[in-house]
Amino acid sequence: MIRIFNLTFFIVFLTITKANSLIEIDITRGNLDPLPIAVSPLFQDDKTKKNSNNQIKIENVGSEISLVVENNLKTSGLFNPLSKEAFLQKPDIAHLKPRFEDWALIKAQALITGKVTIEDKKLKVEFRLWDILAGREMMALAFTTVPSNWRRVGHIISDKVYERLTGEKGYFDTRIIYVSEEGPKTARVKKLAIMDQDGFNTKYLTLGNELVLTPRFNPTSQMVTYLSYFKNLPRVYLLDIETGTQEVVGDFPGMTFAPRFSPDGKKIIMSFAKDGNSDIYTMDLENRIVERITNHPSIDTSPSYSPDNKFITFNSDRSGFQQIYVMKSDGSNVKRISFGKGLYGTPVWSPRGDLIAFTKLHKGKFYIGVMRTDGSGERLLTENYYQEAPSWSPNGRVLIFYRETKSNDQGEGFSAKLWSIDLTGYNERQVQTETDASDPSWSSLLSN
Amino acid sequence: MNFSKSFRNIFLVILLSLIVSACATKKTTTKVEGQMQGDVYTGTDTVKYLADGVPDRVFFATNESILTTKSRDTLRKQANWLRENSNINVVVEGHADERGTREYNLALGERRANAAKDYLITYGISADRISVISYGKERPVDSGSNPLSWSKNRRSVTVKAN
Repeated sequence: MIRIFNLTFFIVFLTITKANSLIEIDITRGNLDPLPIAVSPLFQDDKTKKNSNNQIKIENVGSEISLVVENNLKTSGLFNPLSKEAFLQKPDIAHLKPRFEDWALIKAQALITGKVTIEDKKLKVEFRLWDILAGREMMALAFTTVPSNWRRVGHIISDKVYERLTGEKGYFDTRIIYVSEEGPKTARVKKLAIMDQDGFNTKYLTLGNELVLTPRFNPTSQMVTYLSYFKNLPRVYLLDIETGTQEVVGDFPGMTFAPRFSPDGKKIIMSFAKDGNSDIYTMDLENRIVERITNHPSIDTSPSYSPDNKFITFNSDRSGFQQIYVMKSDGSNVKRISFGKGLYGTPVWSPRGDLIAFTKLHKGKFYIGVMRTDGSGERLLTENYYQEAPSWSPNGRVLIFYRETKSNDQGEGFSAKLWSIDLTGYNERQVQTETDASDPSWSSLLSN
Repeated sequence: MNFSKSFRNIFLVILLSLIVSACATKKTTTKVEGQMQGDVYTGTDTVKYLADGVPDRVFFATNESILTTKSRDTLRKQANWLRENSNINVVVEGHADERGTREYNLALGERRANAAKDYLITYGISADRISVISYGKERPVDSGSNPLSWSKNRRSVTVKAN
């Protein structure tokens, strides 16, 4: 299969300035006032222009990288990248020493400058983040990689800027694995697909010959677990997206589904359905030992571990209706935590540990929401005709999920798309995909 | 005079046919309503037959896997047919409608297929002749987003395996 993750980065801190910056972004509340930031095109010399044209067929890679950064910062909802037309200073000069008055004039509070060279089939990028009001440099970094990695350079710069200005890790140098959908509702063709978080570099990992569902990333490696109907036997599979090798998980005499990795990446937790009853099981990926975690005549499914691996949240209809539960990871101390009106499903533990995201169905509407791990503090972030299956960004700030539209009586008008929303409930937006899409899962940061 | 009379007659005819067609529309609606009992589908729109008089599928209420009287009747017919055709094995496919989360629906489809399978077993069909598969909400037969469409999709279908 496709080799995607063979990427090496050398990151060098140019200078470390421990400036007490005036600018910082409070991301704990809805950001109604995004930070005005100027992303100057990264400067490239003529030689680089020529090499860039030859090697990656791009006229101005420095400018393209800055667009990646700009788009990332904008979609985060926390930044307001200013129009480049208003920039008064040339990229190379600004990168050496910005005229802060000029940037203050266009109301920029922060400025990103940089320089890019391509030499000996190596892409070298350096960038600086400037605090305009304080009139000083906040950060400076340099990267070396292969030229084809230029978009990732943009993502890494975005992550560094985001982290420097918000105090939290970014989520831009990440990928989304999802199910690509095509064809009529009654004969939908589904394929595993993977793309950069911003919708670029889509690759299809299966051909669509068999139904595939619910892919999920291993948080610690380039492995994916998903459900495949290969040979009409719905089973949980493990796929190495670097090598393309895949295998069935465990030897179950029936359907296994709803797989997810434990946060340490060592186990797969999933449901196994037999004789009309679904319970939760784990399989240790090292010694292949299978453990039964729940044993109840109800449907127990959609399990998700807490980030410390000590607890599991799942949904069960043991009360008569689908509700969310939390238990210790050995299956003891099962407690129901959802008590609001309606049905609750697909609980997913936040990577920060403090929240559980879920899907709620109430009076014919579907909601994506979050609650604390004891069930208190329920907050519904978005309401729609149909949406489900939230997945957290690795920093726990953003949720990605899928949304389906209502068909008319002839079955027309149906679509499935990926959407994201900030934990605050603001900044809801569609995530672009080449085809219809569902079941998104967000990877960890590829580099740190 | 004559002309105006015939004109009036034509007008009456048009008016009458409008009323008739309005009635017809109303009748169709009633028919649609008659295809569901509670929210269980009772019509024959999507039904196929394993043999003469042996429907291939049974329908369920929302979030339920309980077999209705009509479903049990259908499954008894299937059991009779399976007894008469002892060389035939079947797969019971369980399905759910689109108004539930994907993973829960997979479990629900499995539960429905097993409800049908268990009933066939109690009517003397050997368990090893019946396998089950759940498709959850992945294979609707009716692609509409309305209660009638959903009711057709909440089903278990008995399919010949050989």
